[in-house]
Amino acid sequence: MAPGPGAAYHPGMDRLPPRIDAWFAARGWVPHPHQLEMLRRADAPALLLVAPTGGGKTLAGFLPTLAELAENPRPGLHTLYISPLKALAADIRRNLAVPVAGMGLDIRVEDRTGDTAAEARRRQRADPPHILLTTPESLALLLSYEDAARTFAGLSRVIVDEIHALHDSRRGDQLALALARLEGLVPGLRRVGLSATVEDPPALARFLARHPDPCPVLQADPGPDPDIRMLETASPPPWAGGGGRHAIPEVLDAIRRHRTTLIFHNTRAQAELFFRDLWLANEEGLPIGIHHGSLAREQRQRVEAAMAAGALRAVVCTGTLDLGIDWGDVDLVIQVGAPKNVKRLVQRIGRANHRYNAPSKALLVPANRFEVVECVAALEAARAHELDGEPRGPGPRDVLIQHILARACAGPFDADALYAEVRTAGPYAGLEREKFDACLDFAATGGYALRAYDRYQRLVRRDGLWHLRDPRAALRIRMNLGTIVGTDTLKVRLRGRGGAPLGEIEEGFAATLTPGDTFLMGGEVVRYEGLREMTVEVSRERGREPRIATYMGTKFATSTQLAQRILAMFRAPAWPDLPAHTASWLALQREVSRLPEADRLLVETFPHDGRWHLVAYGFAGRNAQQTLGLLLTHRMEREGLDPLGFVATDYATLIWGLARVRDPAPLFDPRDLRAGLETWLQGNAVMKRTFRNAAIIAGLIDRNLPGHRKTGRQATFSSDILYDTLRRYDPGHVLLDITREEALKGLVDFGRIEEMLSRIGGRIDHVALDRVTPLAAPMFLEVGKVPVKGAAEQRLVEEKAARLMAEAGLA
Amino acid sequence: MNGYALTLAGAALVALPSGALWWPERRLLAVADLHLGRSERAARRGGTLLPPYETEDTLARLDAEIGRLAPATVLCLGDSFDDGDAAACLAERHVLWITRMQAGRRWLWVAGNHDPGPPGLGGSHLAECREGPLVFRHVALAGAAGDGSGEVSGHYHPKARLAGRARACFLCDDRRLILPAYGTYTGGLDICAPALASLVGPKGLALILGPRVVAVPLQGLRAGVSASSASR
Repeated sequence: MAPGPGAAYHPGMDRLPPRIDAWFAARGWVPHPHQLEMLRRADAPALLLVAPTGGGKTLAGFLPTLAELAENPRPGLHTLYISPLKALAADIRRNLAVPVAGMGLDIRVEDRTGDTAAEARRRQRADPPHILLTTPESLALLLSYEDAARTFAGLSRVIVDEIHALHDSRRGDQLALALARLEGLVPGLRRVGLSATVEDPPALARFLARHPDPCPVLQADPGPDPDIRMLETASPPPWAGGGGRHAIPEVLDAIRRHRTTLIFHNTRAQAELFFRDLWLANEEGLPIGIHHGSLAREQRQRVEAAMAAGALRAVVCTGTLDLGIDWGDVDLVIQVGAPKNVKRLVQRIGRANHRYNAPSKALLVPANRFEVVECVAALEAARAHELDGEPRGPGPRDVLIQHILARACAGPFDADALYAEVRTAGPYAGLEREKFDACLDFAATGGYALRAYDRYQRLVRRDGLWHLRDPRAALRIRMNLGTIVGTDTLKVRLRGRGGAPLGEIEEGFAATLTPGDTFLMGGEVVRYEGLREMTVEVSRERGREPRIATYMGTKFATSTQLAQRILAMFRAPAWPDLPAHTASWLALQREVSRLPEADRLLVETFPHDGRWHLVAYGFAGRNAQQTLGLLLTHRMEREGLDPLGFVATDYATLIWGLARVRDPAPLFDPRDLRAGLETWLQGNAVMKRTFRNAAIIAGLIDRNLPGHRKTGRQATFSSDILYDTLRRYDPGHVLLDITREEALKGLVDFGRIEEMLSRIGGRIDHVALDRVTPLAAPMFLEVGKVPVKGAAEQRLVEEKAARLMAEAGLA
Repeated sequence: MNGYALTLAGAALVALPSGALWWPERRLLAVADLHLGRSERAARRGGTLLPPYETEDTLARLDAEIGRLAPATVLCLGDSFDDGDAAACLAERHVLWITRMQAGRRWLWVAGNHDPGPPGLGGSHLAECREGPLVFRHVALAGAAGDGSGEVSGHYHPKARLAGRARACFLCDDRRLILPAYGTYTGGLDICAPALASLVGPKGLALILGPRVVAVPLQGLRAGVSASSASR
């Protein structure tokens, strides 16, 4: 048995165990107050530490473990450490080795991730180390084995690192369920969460603790305020688009004046384009690298190594560098494009100056005129320490279904006990029994109205316990564990024998390529040669313009709080804080039309280029404005207003068509919008994508595992077919219900449309004009226009076919 | 009718938007790869529990087609069942439904790789079948027939990508016609895959399904070699 909580180290003592004290002293270090406080409160059942980057968070998390094992060595697993990144787990293993060796402790520290060799993984289950470092996915897998109880026997502490990056995602929901399961195996387990600066620590605490237990929050000294400014550029930013390439001379200058600069972009495609142009301008050949999630692992590791060795002056990157991996001495962070979200901005800025009590330094580069406004608003919010965050709804049920299946793999279970256990996980605290039973039924029988599978149920009930009917199914369930569903991607390699791997692109993007097309990959222009055994073959192509790389763009939506700040800024009589070009743009908008306001909806209509246009400034974020575009154009089509297409940004939707909208107010009738959502949107591609994710997580369809894909896929069919079939024959099915729930808060984001509708309360200002307005003009330059489908799609197919027939002389 | 009229070895045929083939002169309707009982088979073998509605859906579409055309002969071109047991495990009402559709007409089951044996339902079971100038078999034979006959087959579930959308299609040249899969739970093989490229030459056509069947030269489609894992 494990010693009771805090038995090894006496809480309330201000003194470190001698060996640890000596280690600090030998280095001339003094522990931070919050590190000592973590030791003092080591026996708290749950404790959340919020500390800025560089505050020695991780050591604070591990100190109680080291103290306990130093005073009272024992075999077996003592502490489980969970991080969102494999790389972080490996990093921590190396970092822990230093104090463990320095303190002369006999402690085994190992990591276990998808990259760990099968042999090592088997051994770890039978003979676990004192400290095991892992990810939520690997933990879920460990818990699905029959010997989980033996592996985790004696476990005393769980540390969840970077908990702010996990808690509001499906991975976090999965982790919360895993913690509940761990608690079931080893009651009395202590939980510790480590978080960067967040807006709502109590929400994180609720996520961490066993519900309804309390979870105190320990706030470390946040350190000095960061030094953030907007980068002033000689040429003004363009009217629309992203990228920030107008700022390259100033960015290069900033790189020159700092040791190491991180340049964050919001999308991978933008990072690629910026990196290329930065190199073209980099006449003195400063060592600059690129790092993002689509690059091959070898490529990324090379950049990471160079970074750690201090060999790079700058790295152009995306969110993959957001988390707490220590890759060197960064003294400047540049954010290109609006940060969309103040919390992310503050966390990114924390990357600079990894030394406690030194201010971080950051520059913002708005990529277009509107982003200037957004950046100024974000700066104000950051200075006011006003972080944002959307409240998260109840835990998704597809994750719960996966948890039930994984639970069945570990051995027979009692439904009542599992329900009680699941409700101790924060995100599932409010789960109704009815919903749990529907999830269990889906796991067991498929949950179809037509009870077709009674003979072949996946789970069967015997002697009051649920068992896996066919033990072979366990292998399949384990292979499908995890909540990250990527889009299908294809590997990219240089053509030729043993061609170097360059990275991955989305299958959908690959399908649009024809031989000779060029795109950017890892900063170089490559030419598409062909597809071979599911690998995209390319050759290097110098001196040609790339087609825009559209792969894997993460499009964040501007947060509600940031949108509110922007609307508040619009109320000002003048804007002395804005650059002159932007201030005069807003003033002109006020003169010819009006500026949007928080409690009313501005709708402009005007003719342009032979078409009628309508702009609705909803400020509801990109996803919601996109949904609004779909719903409005559908309604307009029914009313004979002949819409042709629309484009959405974070703040507005622009619709164009053949007819003039004389009275837009009825289009925004909340009842109609909701009804449109219920009927028409169900058939939409967004719903199908959401369904696919839910179906994979819930185990209805198998994942495409890397290396398991075959060229011929007659045997597999698209999840769209399943979606359509369910809608036709079983519209009340639980998976459709889950799809609706997830789409509304995710890609469809109807919640923010509702928020906008209640905010404007029917107050719609229609301004009819004879030309494009200043605020609307940039929208004409936006990419991502959506054509209104219907008869149009078949026409497109037929026109293309006719052209090809004609070219082939077959017309 | 929104089908596409073509001639194969002198036989005037219509490729229908549903993926079925209609031979008006002989009043013959051919469908390939129904894969009835696919979800039942997956469940039986410990796989995932797919929505058990595909047999219903496939039969409903076939029934509507039969009602519209009143064929004298219905020819199922192999892989009508997802495996040998799938026919035996068919629900009683589906057996009756098939029997009802078979009434008053000739019904031929051609053997496929999934269902090599007779299904134990009405109709005749054949390895392959010759009707006038046409030979119907499940998998196309490589090489020329040499006797001037035309070959009609299924098996590959061909799909083509046009204007960014992958759709099921017929493939044909002057000697051969490959049907798309008719079953609801079926995926597809891109026409650029080597297996299909070697069967139908560059002078062939893809007849792409949709509200109307659209013919596209294979040469034009294959020039834009796309991901060979197209899915609907």
